Amino acid sequence: MYEFVTGPLAWLAFIVFFVGIVVKLVLYIRGLDWKLDRVTYSVNTSYGVRGALRSIGFWLMPYGTQSYRNNPGFTLALFVMHIGLILTPIFLLGHNILLAERWGVSLPSLPEGATDVLTVCVIAAALVLLLRRIALPEVRIITTAYDVLLLAIAVAPFVSGLLAHYAHDNGQLWTIVHVLCGEVFLVAIPLTKLSHFVLFFATRAQLGMDYGIKRGGMKSKGIAW
Amino acid sequence: MPEGVLCNKNKVNTLEQLQALLADKSGKQYYQEMNNLDVDSKALWDLVQKTCKSRTRTWLEICTHCGLCAESCFYYLSNHRDPTQVPSYKIQSTLGEIVRRKGKVDNAFMQMAMDTAFSKCTCCTRCGVYCPMGIDMGVMFSYLRGLLFSQGFTPWEMKIGTGMHRIYRAQMDVTTEDWVETCSWMAEENADEWPGLEIPVDKENADILYTVNAREPKHYPEDIAQAAILFHVAGENWTVPSEGWEETSLAMFAGDWEACKMQVEGVYGAMAKLKPKRMVVTECGHAYRATVIEGPYWAGRTSGKPPVDSFHYVEWVAEALRSGKLKIDPAKKIKEPVTYQDSCNYIRNAGLWDSARYIMSQIAEDFREMTPSREHNFCCGGGGGLNGIGRYREQRNIGLKVKRDQILATGAKLVVAPCHNCWDAIRDLEEVYEIGIRWSFLKPLLINMIEVPAGMRGEE
Repeated sequence: MYEFVTGPLAWLAFIVFFVGIVVKLVLYIRGLDWKLDRVTYSVNTSYGVRGALRSIGFWLMPYGTQSYRNNPGFTLALFVMHIGLILTPIFLLGHNILLAERWGVSLPSLPEGATDVLTVCVIAAALVLLLRRIALPEVRIITTAYDVLLLAIAVAPFVSGLLAHYAHDNGQLWTIVHVLCGEVFLVAIPLTKLSHFVLFFATRAQLGMDYGIKRGGMKSKGIAW
Repeated sequence: MPEGVLCNKNKVNTLEQLQALLADKSGKQYYQEMNNLDVDSKALWDLVQKTCKSRTRTWLEICTHCGLCAESCFYYLSNHRDPTQVPSYKIQSTLGEIVRRKGKVDNAFMQMAMDTAFSKCTCCTRCGVYCPMGIDMGVMFSYLRGLLFSQGFTPWEMKIGTGMHRIYRAQMDVTTEDWVETCSWMAEENADEWPGLEIPVDKENADILYTVNAREPKHYPEDIAQAAILFHVAGENWTVPSEGWEETSLAMFAGDWEACKMQVEGVYGAMAKLKPKRMVVTECGHAYRATVIEGPYWAGRTSGKPPVDSFHYVEWVAEALRSGKLKIDPAKKIKEPVTYQDSCNYIRNAGLWDSARYIMSQIAEDFREMTPSREHNFCCGGGGGLNGIGRYREQRNIGLKVKRDQILATGAKLVVAPCHNCWDAIRDLEEVYEIGIRWSFLKPLLINMIEVPAGMRGEE
């Protein structure tokens, strides 16, 4: 079972993930229409590129925008969760040992204590975001079961990962559950709105180009996000 | 009754249709007929498929429902943080549903969507500046208005407005003759005080082609006279076109995309005919947005720009002050506390905040910014055509509270509002809430402040 989930099934998950996000991005860009969107994407390109980079850059920076600064608690949870979601699986010692065993190559690893902290932070931040969804009427009204499911899909590999590491079950049950959760997460990224993994950059770039080319970018220093 | 006599899917292209609509006081019959208007789901879905592409679909799909847009919306704030006023909720429950149901929606749904698109959103696009994903709900509501319009679900005044544009190429029934006569009347009226004052019509190769809002010839002709005096004092070589003089677009508010194109093509035609070096638009926000920012796209101009460089009035004033073409008499600067209403259409959506600040630094001794301001400003409360729609007057007045409180917090009693919509909204705000403020366009303030070269002014 372990061999299967970390072998063929892992390959399948990675293929769906990588092909999926490329397809998502290509379809997005191909569907842009300068006349309908009212943005001359391919004219005044330097203003467009500047607008896109500003739009992505400010929103990737913690507290880099007015909206983030107005919501400090949410922003903290948001960044903690996303930083953990990305760094932990890539720089986890266990993952890199597995990579080295299978392919003979690996990435540098973070100390296990650091990835443990990141993992706990991801879980805690997700919990904060979940409670926020329930507690705030303006968020509750737009929250659907689908939103909660996606949060669960994103956090499940972290919860199961902790259990796999610390539960010491001989049958590798938690490890298999963890691998499966990770694979569900990978597959869900291109197939659900977790596709914001890549589409965040696309939609931010689009609105940045809109502001950079059309809505004042050519007559000002650029919008203060 | 699938199609009403007044409320239907037809466009208003004849004077008879327009007069019939105008005769229906407050749209009583029009809205009664709307209750029976059929939805052509197939046509609606066809239109969605043709016009709702990856940008809008992705916006609808990847909204993470974080709710950060809530506090960006002045309707949410002015309605006691009512969750149904959260922008994400409003767009998902209207446009989002039309897309999810593939156009299979009924009359009640369309009326709910119309009420939402016009009385819960002024398309100020502030929410888009606060969304981490860059989802611009104001742009989507503007698009939704177009879908609704195609099915005949548009407020009575919007239907009339689009008819005006289609028939008169102006938002009001001002003919070419009316316009040209108003110009010569205003020139004559002020000739004694300003010897040599002209309002040149159809002069070719002028430095400036000046264009206006139809309300000016219709209701405020002195605005045209003031523009003429300021150009005259600044020594500008300018003209107005006899046709293509109107910059506004109720068609944009209504979502009548065909009429949007017709309207701007008239202005671009004037540019082609008169070959001015550049164009200057009067103190109107949506006029500038419609003709300079969005118009090129309706007209299919691949450059994304009008045929000649085009400027909002605040840009011209800032330039005239910087270059010394207009000089302010320091003794006549505004002494009292004064604030500035940033119009969404030419500030957030066109980046002209610095011009406005430069002007205020030159004309006011105690300029006070609203909080927030510039591109983060709140809508005046009357944008997106809302000022003119009787059906939503109550909701409009509630929305005005945010601007009221912003103005009160500055301590200023004078609000400079170089935008017709903002000007109206602030006037109405004073009428409803009586907070003791005054409001003004730039032109009348400037006329009383500029240094006039000796001999230029005649006997009053």
